[in-house]
Amino acid sequence: MPSAIFKERQDQIHRKGETPFAIDCDKESLAGAVSQRACVFCGSRVVLYPIADALHLVHGPIGCAVYTWDIRGALSSGPELHRLSFSTDLQEMDVIFGGEKKLYAALIELIDRHSPKAAFVYSTCIVGLIGDDLKAVCARVAAEKGIPVLPVQSEGFKGNKRAGYEAACDAMFQLVGTGDTTGISKHSINILGDFNLAGEIWMIREYFSRMGVEVVANITGDGRVGDIQRCHGAALNVVQCSGATMHLARMLEDKYGTPVVRVSYFGIEDMAESLYTVARFFDDPEMLARTRELVREELSLLLPELERFKKDLAGKKAAIYVGGAFKAFSLVKAFRLLGMQVVMVGSQTGTQEDYQELAEITDEGTIIVDDSNPLELTSFLKEKEVDILVGGVKERPIAYKLGVAFCDHNHERKEALAGFAGMLNFAREVHGSVMSPVWQFVPQKS
Amino acid sequence: MSKMPPRANYTSTTNACKLCKPLGACLAFRGVAGSVSFLHGSQGCATYMRRYIISHFNEPIDIASSALGEKDAVYGGGRNLKQGLTNVSAKYQPKLIGIATTCLTETIGDDVKMILSEYRRDYNGDGELPVLVAVSTPSYSGSHMEGFHAAVRGLVEALSEGGPRNGTLNILPGLVSPADLRHLKSILAAFGLNGTILPDISDTLDGPALADCPLIPEGGTTIEAIKGMGRADATIEFGLTLPDDTGGPYLKARCKVANHRLPMPVGIRASDRFFTLLAELSGQPIPQALQASKGRLIDALVDGHKYLAGKTAVLYGEEDLVVGMAGFLAEIGVRPVLCASGGQSGRFKAAIDEVLAGLPGESPEVFEGMDFYEIAERAEALKPDLIVGHSKGYSLARKLGIPLIRVGFPIHDRIGGQRILHLGYEGAQQLFDLITNELIRAKQDNSPVGYSYM
Repeated sequence: MPSAIFKERQDQIHRKGETPFAIDCDKESLAGAVSQRACVFCGSRVVLYPIADALHLVHGPIGCAVYTWDIRGALSSGPELHRLSFSTDLQEMDVIFGGEKKLYAALIELIDRHSPKAAFVYSTCIVGLIGDDLKAVCARVAAEKGIPVLPVQSEGFKGNKRAGYEAACDAMFQLVGTGDTTGISKHSINILGDFNLAGEIWMIREYFSRMGVEVVANITGDGRVGDIQRCHGAALNVVQCSGATMHLARMLEDKYGTPVVRVSYFGIEDMAESLYTVARFFDDPEMLARTRELVREELSLLLPELERFKKDLAGKKAAIYVGGAFKAFSLVKAFRLLGMQVVMVGSQTGTQEDYQELAEITDEGTIIVDDSNPLELTSFLKEKEVDILVGGVKERPIAYKLGVAFCDHNHERKEALAGFAGMLNFAREVHGSVMSPVWQFVPQKS
Repeated sequence: MSKMPPRANYTSTTNACKLCKPLGACLAFRGVAGSVSFLHGSQGCATYMRRYIISHFNEPIDIASSALGEKDAVYGGGRNLKQGLTNVSAKYQPKLIGIATTCLTETIGDDVKMILSEYRRDYNGDGELPVLVAVSTPSYSGSHMEGFHAAVRGLVEALSEGGPRNGTLNILPGLVSPADLRHLKSILAAFGLNGTILPDISDTLDGPALADCPLIPEGGTTIEAIKGMGRADATIEFGLTLPDDTGGPYLKARCKVANHRLPMPVGIRASDRFFTLLAELSGQPIPQALQASKGRLIDALVDGHKYLAGKTAVLYGEEDLVVGMAGFLAEIGVRPVLCASGGQSGRFKAAIDEVLAGLPGESPEVFEGMDFYEIAERAEALKPDLIVGHSKGYSLARKLGIPLIRVGFPIHDRIGGQRILHLGYEGAQQLFDLITNELIRAKQDNSPVGYSYM
């Protein structure tokens, strides 16, 4: 049996305590290694997808559009244009003679049909190769239709998901600054990097509302073009999901001087700290008092409920493999709160700083891994005798085939896992899988 | 014959009713024993397709990728392809690697045949080089079904050898469920036939819980068996909309294996045709057990027919599955009013006409190259009683407030898509019970009375 780990990937795996911290990351995936990563297009698509009143047209052959049709649990309180999958479905002749005409006709047709507030046009692998002038077509349609039509430079092969996040932020930034900012409160924020999976941003907004903070724009969960256009009027950018939207926050900071704070809404500690961070920023004693009251209220509801789950889960071992590292930090803490031990943690697109931070907050012996694959994950789950894996759809069968419990913490999830109530849902999800009677029927591991 | 309404002439595609070509090839390669599917292209393609396939089968499927970056797109993907093959070989120790190209590598003009022959020439790895089978599957020409058939053809082209007959029968079933494949095997066994089914995903995409999970699951059509397909007595291909150049015609032209194209054996008449052919080929009568299940099926049809009388259905999905389902629905008294597919074989209408011949009712509207926007437009006008297709029609069924009968691939909103049985009398029995009960349920749920006895 060959080792599960490719020589070329050895430096992307760190075992805490065995050597001083060092990890290689942010590099192209190894050919043939069955990376769990997607592509640039995927990065752009996930960030922009929840903007519900925009048209999202994928310019390319059908695959890229069809695999991203209504797959995220990103909810909208109003229009649901984002749930449709639009494509130019390029054919051989378009590839030979160019797809600009088809793109133009498709845009006009769809804008007339749906009257969106803006259109995002995603470039796919071959669009970059056949040389379609996306910018020119978008500019022409924007002029004719009187709405912003924004090219997203998301050719799949031009980097990894992180490059896609940046392309998405670049596209959104073209909207910023075009809306009216009068009447925005001095205690105002934009929420960046929450995608309203299972209605999470609604919970978060409710907390801010109780604190007396106005939310100008959701970026991008339950997002609206009009809100993004005026988001430069907010006093503070509150950024979750470090990878996805930080680039936009930095651009807002450079151009409009909007300060940035980083937060996470997962787990009790991080959720509470996120609210305190915002309250401290506004330096308003009354707001701080309201925030304390809010946290106290929520915890008094939550903690007794959590105890029930904790009793069963204490001492169990968890592994985490997620897209962005920010989520991993919070999950490590959330598991600790449940009395569980994290023995492996990894992400598709973490940075040096991310992994450094993970190394600081995890226990000795924890495996930290960048851009992993099924072979490695399988070997880590076995080696560490893991009780539950947290990941997405692609990781689920890896766990199940090994007789390991699973918690879906990816974009497809239907359970809200953010916020205080989300912590309870998370505990319930973990408990429901780890404590299931089905494991007793699974053949015993050799 | 009904008059077909004029077709709306849309440029854009909304909610496509097809998948991309390499996905079909990856599924087909997964049905070969000891194989790994490999996409030559950008990393995203492999990951998206894995997610899509996993969400249906709830099984692991490792699709490797040459993971091309920007430099490779400029200078060619040969280096990555070779490195990827070496890496897959080293870790998975596969017997075969099924390579499908993507839009990216087709457009930059990578000569995969040449790259592979260089790779074979220069190979000096440990042990034997896995069999490398490559197919050209740019997503801009054809749907996932063309990719599936191309992979099957690629496999027999690469492996099957002529020679003295070996007394076996080849079955090229197309994209059917693991449950269908298991059923086909038991049917062949009942006829005493020694068959090779290609591909065979019955175990590789519906495996048991195991104490130790192998990197490549057990099962699939063995390379030996594929080699022997050139010496079989006959090939049966399911599908009336297949292109001319599939595996069956290749085996016939190259290895003189008689080829029989049948409609997918869904429903009574198509199953009859299949079983009659098996009886001919085996020299055995149709086995008693099959006759008994047909008897029970017909009895059930009689019991349930009043619930179905006058009902109409909209069907969509892969052309050959729609053809099969249309024939079956017409047999049980549910009139297909729209048959739609994202595929564009050019043979869909003729195939539908063929399976509906001799059954009462007007011909349905039949459209190739349709997306769900158009299907919904027509469905709203046609006001069907039920919808038959994969899970992507759910929003339409919900909007119309009518049942969705889930068949085919993908089933992303229910568990057990791999266990849906479509083929033979047994498949017809299960579908019949499902359809009838869904219509009864709809009537029951929609009634203010709350009948508890239907």
